Amino acid sequence: MSMRGSILGTRVLRTEDPGFLSTGGVYAEDVQDERLAGACYVHFVRSTVAHAKISGIDVSAALEAPGVLAVYTARDLADAGLKPLPPMMPNMNQAMKQPLLAGDVVRFVGEPVAAVVTEEMYQGEDAIELVDVDYDILPAVATMHQALSGERGLVFADAGTNVVCTFGDASASSPDLFDGCEVVVSEVIQNQRVAPAPMESRSGAAAWGEDGRLTAWIPNQGAQGTKGAITGMLGLKPEDVRIITPDVGGAFGAKFGADTEHAVLCWVARQLGRPARWSETRNENLLVMPHGRAQEQKITIGGTKDGTVLAYRIEITQDCGAYPKAGAFLPSLTRLMTPGPYHIPRAESWSTSVVTNTTPVGAYRGAGRPEAAAAVDRAIDLFADAAGVDPADVRRKNLLPKFTEPHTTAFGAKYDSGDYATALEKALAAADYPGLLAEQAKRRASGDPLQLGIGLSSYVEITGPGGEAGGPNENGTVEVHPDGTATVLTGTSPHGQGHQTVWAMLVSEELGIPIEKITVKWGDTDLVPKGGGTGGSRSLQLGGAAVQQASRELLDVARERAAAALEAAPADLVFDTETSAFSVKGDPDVSVPLSSLAESERLFVRSVFTAPGPTFPFGSHVAVVEVDTETGKVFLRRVVTVDDAGTVMNPLLAEGQRHGGIAQGAAQAFLEEVVYDDDGNPLTATFADYPFLSATEVPSFELVDMETPTSYNPLGAKGIGEAGSIGATPAVQNAVIDAVSHLGVTHIDMPTSPQRVWRAIVAASGSKEA
Amino acid sequence: MTEIKLTVNGTARSDEVEPRLLLVHYLRENLGLRAANVGCDTTSCGACTVLLDGESVKSCTVLAVQANGRSVTTAEGLVAEDGTMSAVQQAFREHHGLQCGFCTPGMVMASTSLLAENPHPTEQEVREGLEGNFCRCTGYHNIVRAVLAAADKLSGGSAPAEPEVTA
Repeated sequence: MSMRGSILGTRVLRTEDPGFLSTGGVYAEDVQDERLAGACYVHFVRSTVAHAKISGIDVSAALEAPGVLAVYTARDLADAGLKPLPPMMPNMNQAMKQPLLAGDVVRFVGEPVAAVVTEEMYQGEDAIELVDVDYDILPAVATMHQALSGERGLVFADAGTNVVCTFGDASASSPDLFDGCEVVVSEVIQNQRVAPAPMESRSGAAAWGEDGRLTAWIPNQGAQGTKGAITGMLGLKPEDVRIITPDVGGAFGAKFGADTEHAVLCWVARQLGRPARWSETRNENLLVMPHGRAQEQKITIGGTKDGTVLAYRIEITQDCGAYPKAGAFLPSLTRLMTPGPYHIPRAESWSTSVVTNTTPVGAYRGAGRPEAAAAVDRAIDLFADAAGVDPADVRRKNLLPKFTEPHTTAFGAKYDSGDYATALEKALAAADYPGLLAEQAKRRASGDPLQLGIGLSSYVEITGPGGEAGGPNENGTVEVHPDGTATVLTGTSPHGQGHQTVWAMLVSEELGIPIEKITVKWGDTDLVPKGGGTGGSRSLQLGGAAVQQASRELLDVARERAAAALEAAPADLVFDTETSAFSVKGDPDVSVPLSSLAESERLFVRSVFTAPGPTFPFGSHVAVVEVDTETGKVFLRRVVTVDDAGTVMNPLLAEGQRHGGIAQGAAQAFLEEVVYDDDGNPLTATFADYPFLSATEVPSFELVDMETPTSYNPLGAKGIGEAGSIGATPAVQNAVIDAVSHLGVTHIDMPTSPQRVWRAIVAASGSKEA
Repeated sequence: MTEIKLTVNGTARSDEVEPRLLLVHYLRENLGLRAANVGCDTTSCGACTVLLDGESVKSCTVLAVQANGRSVTTAEGLVAEDGTMSAVQQAFREHHGLQCGFCTPGMVMASTSLLAENPHPTEQEVREGLEGNFCRCTGYHNIVRAVLAAADKLSGGSAPAEPEVTA
């Protein structure tokens, strides 16, 4: 037994940081590898219109341009036998296929039409301008309403509909749902489209070996999933593909799998028999990388005048963009989390996913659950306002009471453990809710042009969901080397989360090896053939648990070897993490170091950890804003949060996850939005136009600790990666509306831009100016 | 092609470059100094920030030829010969001011320049000074902490302590 304190739960500085801070991370664009020597560069010609038939593509001028090696179009891909990709799930309209390069029809601005390959990087930017594409313009289905009405026609002529899929059954809706309700409120609200916009745009590099194998460096959230996507798109055999994950400059759900451009990149490298690189511009990134959210929700909530909620309904329309990707599936997660942390006796929801002539929609931090949380917490505030009950009191009255045994909702979610009321009270206390209310009352009384708004949210979310058969699982391998170092292989895939540090902490805790001597590896499919990657806040509770489990199992293997070495019974040995050695009980001088047990035979264990189910972190956020009632401008002043994700391994990193999530969630509430005009032209396709959150627009955040361990893994950990973004959005939106609610405003859609806020104020005051 | 002569991280350089070559690409592709990253195409994000004659510039909007006769410092150049990182770099690590790392070299350079101009910034001044440097991971919270801590350290701890907001 060790006398030293546990490293777990301490603020260990990241071991990965010195490289990032000095020479910088090695992102895909930075990779220097002999296999990439002499690489050519791929640039894409992209559609400049939202919907059109392609009547001709003239590449002759581009082929004449300096440095151009080749120009490829859909015809070349078809000749090579590459086929358009059907949607990912069988319940989605299978006629809605995505080509790797647009053939007869373009369906969104930015869709790749041709690939231009050049000797040098700058030559490609010149040459793509010389590819002449003739477009016969078709009506653009620019909005979900146009998609549903059919007024602009079909995005896919042969699909017969713009509906991709539905979840839930609208026809089973109960006509009696709101019976007995004294107060019923309904509102159509927007969970607007936003851009994930990781700081690193999409990129890649590909090389084919003489053995006929592809090696591709692609920024991703899980090399194994990326490999699956590449083999699928190109019709390759799995054994012929190796994906290597470089450092990844942020992902937020948008770098799972691989995109069509990655497949074309790999194909080009094979066609030309030389390595190829591709890096998109930020403009391309904002045009093409799947966007997030993009739901319209009709919410209806009813209850009694004392603030008791009796019934809730959410009707969801999901904009999938031009091709059904993960976005089409998001509403099923929104539906799963319909009631959030509230006890609502009667609730129902259904969804319709539609295609439009806009950028495809995919996963973005929270992916479907922020949409559920935003809806129900907006509904709670609408109800509180209509009932004339304080929003905090409505939450107190309707939150599920504390539970330690799993609670299964009417929507099939099995919440593992929760104490929602305590989270709310902690947040309210830390924010000084009574003091804020008093300050608000003072400003209202004085008619201060700068009004104070207080917004609350109480959320629960699902993390570490399954995927493979047999429950959510992940693998981890730990090997101890004779020199006293250790290597960890993980199926998770960090891109900022700090697994290198925390996985080393977990091994160090078990094996007594200093974290500096532990190397963590991931993201090479030859080295780690299986893995679920990092997303859905799954990594620690599954991948971390697997690493801990592998460490413990390694110790079992080592104990047998130590027993043989020390000529003692295994049960008579103790392992001292202080010295990383086994010794005979009661005779510490008779000992053998763990590392020496790896001398004659490799000492490693690969282990798969399987959880009984996903876990459900929860929390409460309190946002405080000032709203200039004369201009409509919102100033975010405070965000106080309780984010309970079970046991925390490294508070420094867990806080960092919360900070980032809070900022992204807040940014959606009051700032960020992807906008298209009526013809489907994107208006926010550069960082000069897209209002990316900056340092001046957020305050420092006030974090309150709360840890309710889960029994679903030995660490007691739930996921923390997305919590901040789930709680912050409704809290900030509710705060903005609260700031002007005394003027008669009951709802303002996100983002609560000055224009929207000002118009809401004017409309509520009955003026004709709006 | 045009000849340029400049100093990069203390080393004299002389190169023939295309007149349109961006400084960031000169640093990355010609010199192999790849800490500075390209994060956008509108001079908005600051991932490419380096020092030009000691002042922060966005190297995606500076031509290599414009750096002729001048001195460029990148994140690589802040590290001492013995491998010791600068106070700003160390503070970023100590305060977890980076996650994915992509904005980090630019953020470090902007912070270095900020502290050179204003050795005792308030939190608000730090936020305003870094407004042109985007980060998607940290929510800026720990970046601000790091810069304030670096300011404190560089001034020998004489600056008034910032009120600690985080619980």
